[in-house]
Amino acid sequence: MVSICKRVYGFYRDGFRQMTVGRTLWKIIFIKLIVMFAVLKLFFFPNFLKTNFDNDKLRADHVLEQLTLERRDTTHKKEGM
Amino acid sequence: MNELDLAMVNWAKAQFALTAMYHWLFVPLTLGLSVLCAFMESIYVRTGDERWRSITKFWMTLFGINFAIGVATGIILEFEFGTNWSNYSWMVGDIFGAPLAVEGLVAFFLEATFFAVMFFGWDRVSKRFHLFSTWMVAVGANLSALWILVANSWMQHPVGMDFNPVSARFEMQNFWEVLLSPVAIAKFTHTTTSSFIVGSLFVITISSWYLLKGRHVEMAKKSVIVASVFGLLSSGMTALTGDQSAVVNSETQPMKLAAYEGLYTGTRNAGLVALGVLNHDKKPGDDADPFHFEVKLPSMLSLLAKHDANAFVPGIDDLVWGNEAEGIIGVDAKMKRGQQAVEDLTNYKQALNSGDEAAAEMSLTRFDVNKGYLGYGYLDAPVDAVPPVETAFYSFHIMVMLAAFFILIFAAFLYYSMKDTLEHKKLVLGGGFISFFLAMLASQAGWVVAEVGRQPWVIQDMMPVHIGASNISAGNVQTTFVMFAVIFTLLLLAEIKIMVQQIKKGPEGV
Repeated sequence: MVSICKRVYGFYRDGFRQMTVGRTLWKIIFIKLIVMFAVLKLFFFPNFLKTNFDNDKLRADHVLEQLTLERRDTTHKKEGM
Repeated sequence: MNELDLAMVNWAKAQFALTAMYHWLFVPLTLGLSVLCAFMESIYVRTGDERWRSITKFWMTLFGINFAIGVATGIILEFEFGTNWSNYSWMVGDIFGAPLAVEGLVAFFLEATFFAVMFFGWDRVSKRFHLFSTWMVAVGANLSALWILVANSWMQHPVGMDFNPVSARFEMQNFWEVLLSPVAIAKFTHTTTSSFIVGSLFVITISSWYLLKGRHVEMAKKSVIVASVFGLLSSGMTALTGDQSAVVNSETQPMKLAAYEGLYTGTRNAGLVALGVLNHDKKPGDDADPFHFEVKLPSMLSLLAKHDANAFVPGIDDLVWGNEAEGIIGVDAKMKRGQQAVEDLTNYKQALNSGDEAAAEMSLTRFDVNKGYLGYGYLDAPVDAVPPVETAFYSFHIMVMLAAFFILIFAAFLYYSMKDTLEHKKLVLGGGFISFFLAMLASQAGWVVAEVGRQPWVIQDMMPVHIGASNISAGNVQTTFVMFAVIFTLLLLAEIKIMVQQIKKGPEGV
């Protein structure tokens, strides 16, 4: 088992070491993931329902409220279209 | 804030479209090129010819560049669901959870194992295991797409579910009905086979450039043969699956079919518009001619959509105002039922809150009768159910005309390759060189037809787009829209730069 793990580790290690264009691509992937998760997700894309409501019951109530209130808001919708 | 900001909805729609279209720049190439690499490596393993190994490694490197730049771009769509489309996201969570979880698992195991063997394992594992890994990447990538397409198909044709008025969620009742719905099958097969065309034309474009420049001629000629044969076969399959999509549209989304055909008045022996210029001033229900100019193939629309030349194909007007003779219920009638469903849902909620179980039970029973029309209760007028006809019509016809052009390209490349005169046919090579860019256009146009054609629905008949949006300000979305536009442009420029550098190096550079 240890031998298999060592071989798998060596396989990935050597593979990464021998990369040429792959090095640039990995850099792009890491920068992209950092921007996406550490900047965009954290600061610009909060989960609206999780941020504003404490539990699923309140979230369901809010969504249900939207479904039932929307019907009365037709004038506003039309203006925005 | 209870009032819905429609400017926010429009910005959120634009942002979603931008993100999805950007994501879709990478996906079809991944799907198509992965299979082509597997075919090329199969030839190498079968013949033992080292030139095929070199060819495979070259295309595999380009596949890797595309994959690396494109990877995780789809995750941004999930961010948007949670922020901009929270009502929608909440309501479909139970349906989308299973397919997206399977997609995540498939992608993870695929990328962690076979993808690594494919790139790192050339001299470290046996030829056959390496080939197996390459095929697994191709199969896995396409299967990974299946789950996303199943989720999308459910929105176009919501089956295997029931709406729970307490949790405000669509809950899955039958996984297999969701997975094997006719829309899902048609969408998956049409999307993957058309992506095979994109991959084939990528190979044709770069090979054409090499042949025009007189560089790497042998590799280019060998690659062209594989790409043109695969491209021709894929074109045939795409035509068949496209026909199936039209048949499914005629049954599940007849308004979309009518829109992308510019058909306002339904008829038997309906003709297929091969070419046409729409009358911009035409409105549903008026007497104006829908076209300034049109070339129609008699009865072909009835034949293709219904597999019966004499069949009635409803037009936009039939669908909006109904057609009693053909048994079509109009949108106005559906709106009444939808409004009743919304009212019963409101009463049910209020009865539950006040603890009146008998009233709640009665409201729920009434709601169940009309809940299939729930979405119509949120429309203001029957014409709101009509999608943007011009966008759907032109996108559809651009896609179809380009698909026909691609068949000509594949046939010409195969013919001149067989005669071994391809490198002297500059005009054909010029056509081949631009073909990949046109393929991307056709592929994007296909999604425009699918998504714009289903407006105003985010879930067909059940939920119009604006109902799915969050109550946030348009300013928030505008900021992130601009940020995405900048990030996407930078990433795209990075891909083009790295890709072009690698193409200039040729097979010796990998």
